[in-house]
Amino acid sequence: MDLIVEYILAALLVIGGVFAIVGSFGLLKLPTTMQRLHAPTKATTIGVGSALIASMAYFWFYEDTVSWHELMITLFLFLTAPITANFIAKAQLHLAVKAEDLPPTGVGTQWATFDPEVEAVGPTLIHDREPD
Amino acid sequence: MLRRLFPHPLLSLLLFATWILLVNQFKIGSLAMALILAIAIPKLTAPYWPNRPPLKNIPAFAAYVLVVMWDIVKANIEVARIVLFMRNENIRSGWIAVPIDLKTPEAITVLAGTITMTPGTVTSDMSSCGRVLLIHALHAPDPDAIIHDIKTRYEDRLKRIFE
Repeated sequence: MDLIVEYILAALLVIGGVFAIVGSFGLLKLPTTMQRLHAPTKATTIGVGSALIASMAYFWFYEDTVSWHELMITLFLFLTAPITANFIAKAQLHLAVKAEDLPPTGVGTQWATFDPEVEAVGPTLIHDREPD
Repeated sequence: MLRRLFPHPLLSLLLFATWILLVNQFKIGSLAMALILAIAIPKLTAPYWPNRPPLKNIPAFAAYVLVVMWDIVKANIEVARIVLFMRNENIRSGWIAVPIDLKTPEAITVLAGTITMTPGTVTSDMSSCGRVLLIHALHAPDPDAIIHDIKTRYEDRLKRIFE
């Protein structure tokens, strides 16, 4: 029984490590910034995830305690990863992409990053403006 | 009274559970601290967030979380396969405009986050009217299939949960 658990834990750690390496390798290999963004946002979630599952399982079997911190790490990772990715993508849109390179929205308005009408995203509150 | 004490009941519940999980123990002190946080944070942030998020269907939300988890595992394998076994010149990356029918900001946020976490796509921008999402696809030989996937797999479910 102990042996089986050990094999499972080892397998989880190896799988996690492999995915983490693939994510980092993707950063090196892919040619454009937007493509490189895909490797760390995804290939690493399973890397971290299986290491966390292995950690939970270890404490469950060997220390007889349940550790909930791993669930928290997962939650915070899932909350922050899309936001970080979105920030990097927005910065990339501002720095290196022109409005003509993007597909049309199809509804008549511009993409928010390139719309001259949308300026007050900073500290100005939108409803401070007087109605005409 | 109850409504004034808990302007966001779900947020209070989430904060309570998060604190208990963070301290990792069920002692009276940590329960009291969790209760204080669960009351104070929603009350202090309520002026910035006056409406309750319209989470209508909690079992459907749990099912959605499971679907997304499964898709994240698939996404990881898919992206790893592209990174490892495809030559750079064969990877067809590109921008895709995805029209969305969701109206509530919470639902759109969840959809955008889901798109970023799942197969080969990252949400990058939104049209200024908020009805179209701009996503970047790592490998998209067929953009229409990706749009169809997003709309049937995630958006329909979110519509049932939030709207």
